[in-house]
Amino acid sequence: MASVSEIITRPRERVHAVKWIKNNLFSSWFNTLLTVLSSALMYTILSQLFIWIFTIANWRVIAVNLRLFMVGTYPLEQIWRLWLCVAIGTTLLGLSWGIWPHVVSRVAMVYGTALLLLALAPFGVTTRIWLAGCGALVFVGMLVGRRIPDAGRWVALTWLVFLPLMLILMRGFGTFLPVVQTRQWGGLQLTLVLAITGIALSFPLGVLLAIGRRSPLPAISLCCTLYIELIRAVPLITVLFMFQIMLPLFIPGGESFDRIVRAIVAFTLFTAAYIAENVRGGLQAIPRGQFEAARALGLNPFLTMSFIILPQALRIVIPANVGQFISLFKDTSLVVIAALLDLLGIGRSVLAQSEFLGLQTEVLLFVAAVYWIFTFSMSHVSKRLEQTIGGGNR
Amino acid sequence: MIGRKDLSKADDIIICRGVHKWFDDFHVLKDVNTTVKRSEVVVVFGPSGSGKSTFIRCINRLEEHQQGQIIVDGIELTNDIRNIEAIRSEVGMVFQQFNLFPHITVLDNVTLAPIWVRKWPKAKAREVAMELLNRVGIANQSHKYPGQLSGGQQQRVAIARALAMQPKIMLFDEPTSALDPEMIKEVLDVMIELAESGMTMLVVTHEMGFAREVADRMLFFDHGQIVEDGRPEQIFEDPREDRTKLFLSQIL
Ligand SMILES: Nc1ncnc2c1ncn2[C@@H]1O[C@H](COP(=O)(O)OP(=O)(O)O)[C@@H](O)[C@H]1O
Ligand SMILES: [Mg+2]
Repeated sequence: MASVSEIITRPRERVHAVKWIKNNLFSSWFNTLLTVLSSALMYTILSQLFIWIFTIANWRVIAVNLRLFMVGTYPLEQIWRLWLCVAIGTTLLGLSWGIWPHVVSRVAMVYGTALLLLALAPFGVTTRIWLAGCGALVFVGMLVGRRIPDAGRWVALTWLVFLPLMLILMRGFGTFLPVVQTRQWGGLQLTLVLAITGIALSFPLGVLLAIGRRSPLPAISLCCTLYIELIRAVPLITVLFMFQIMLPLFIPGGESFDRIVRAIVAFTLFTAAYIAENVRGGLQAIPRGQFEAARALGLNPFLTMSFIILPQALRIVIPANVGQFISLFKDTSLVVIAALLDLLGIGRSVLAQSEFLGLQTEVLLFVAAVYWIFTFSMSHVSKRLEQTIGGGNR
Repeated sequence: MIGRKDLSKADDIIICRGVHKWFDDFHVLKDVNTTVKRSEVVVVFGPSGSGKSTFIRCINRLEEHQQGQIIVDGIELTNDIRNIEAIRSEVGMVFQQFNLFPHITVLDNVTLAPIWVRKWPKAKAREVAMELLNRVGIANQSHKYPGQLSGGQQQRVAIARALAMQPKIMLFDEPTSALDPEMIKEVLDVMIELAESGMTMLVVTHEMGFAREVADRMLFFDHGQIVEDGRPEQIFEDPREDRTKLFLSQIL
């Protein structure tokens, strides 16, 4: 068995395909047996699955409820606002593709192409126009991005501005953009809102906690340590419960906070503790010489942290942090306890309709596929990011 | 005396009076007294663990002394943060392990502190940096990352990085000890050139050729004390102390 792992971890070589197959799959009688058995197993499962997907499954449950799955009960005449968010997002994705081709090229290309292909599907005319437009924007953005390779800083900043803008667009204000109550949010839209804001808020908080934990001031480091250890000692669902049910009991007026806001706060506080631990690991991995060199140059602790230590530490912990964000993405489904209908929640409510009884497999498979698309993109981008900025190091 | 600079009129830039330091119970520096004049090149040598690094790290307060007085360019080293930061930007340091910042380019390594500590405009910092990189012979590598350079090149970048702050004093802690033999010379050449340009230098090293060529004075450290303090000719030809004699016979 050792031989298998050796061959797999070795850098890719250009070997003749037949030779590769021989070396990797049939190198010994035992490996041959494993290869044959696992191929047989895979064939059985996959062929059954394909037959089921294309002949037996009743996808009407998805087709009929597609809008529910995507946006919950968001009012139809306001859906353009969500499309606008998607359009801004895809434009930014395209720009990022042009500027950081190594990191996002594949994800951007796949998303852009998928949107364009979906535009060919038999949806309503407006939907198809939006789909085609958003898909096209990915490629337009890429072409523009290529011409402004130095605008990376601005694009990154725009991504940051995009987050609050997205929430404002979704919720609305004043007379021009009528308010859409958050209880009408749902489906994939809600899942994305929870995950994206949770990630965007927990990351800086986690970094601050990690730095605070190493503070020379005992009061600060004790507080951070206590916080991190306390949060890590309880399950996420408990934290969510606390914020949904107990917060109103403790804080006067606590029930006036939006349920979605409470959920986001809970996810943020929870994830931040884990991010903090990851980052702390990264900070510990930075050799003392880096601190000393910075101090010897007259850099104060703030400059040392922001220019020398953090950039190196965060780079080391990209995989761990992205893993945490992927967990968060999936864990947003726990908001069912707050009666919020995220992607999975919509799935359950659809299944409760008598018309669609017994179609669990279809619904769950669809929901799983959507989760997979996003989490897989995240892990792919993180790998690329690691490879790109890991270069030229040490 | 021949070929050496005349330091008789130079003022004292580093003054150490009765300096003691402990690491917990361990007495590392025991009553260190010495004075370094402006433009003087002082070589510090002695057995491993004798406190040489600790001594020069006290000069820019990477370590704190607990007793006695250290006065650098007229400023006494105390716990006052402003004093420490003022001293650190006047005193450059080069480490045995280079300690370049691996995540930024060579040029950024050199310009970082001038831009953020000295608040120079970027263009000026860049110009000065390129001049210095040119002086240490690495101008054509300025866009590379430290990891792409050889040890000798990295150490020369580290020297340029320290010089970019236009320090009045340069501290070197065994700058060639981590280098492969063939790279030692390129670093020593840069240091010799620097010494000849009139920089005040405090150099921990066992490169006795370097000491012979450019040192104005040598300090022999043993067990946290300055055992012998003299001109290189005297130290090499006629050491007063037996411990110096023994140590020199071991390394020469
Ligand atoms: N941070 C520290 N904590 C405790 N002991 C130390 C520390 N740094 C150095 N020492 C000890 O102080 C002594 C002198 O160290 P050092 O100044 O590095 O010697 P040298 O540079 O002459 O080899 C050594 O015995 C070393 O183990
Ligand atoms: Mg030493």
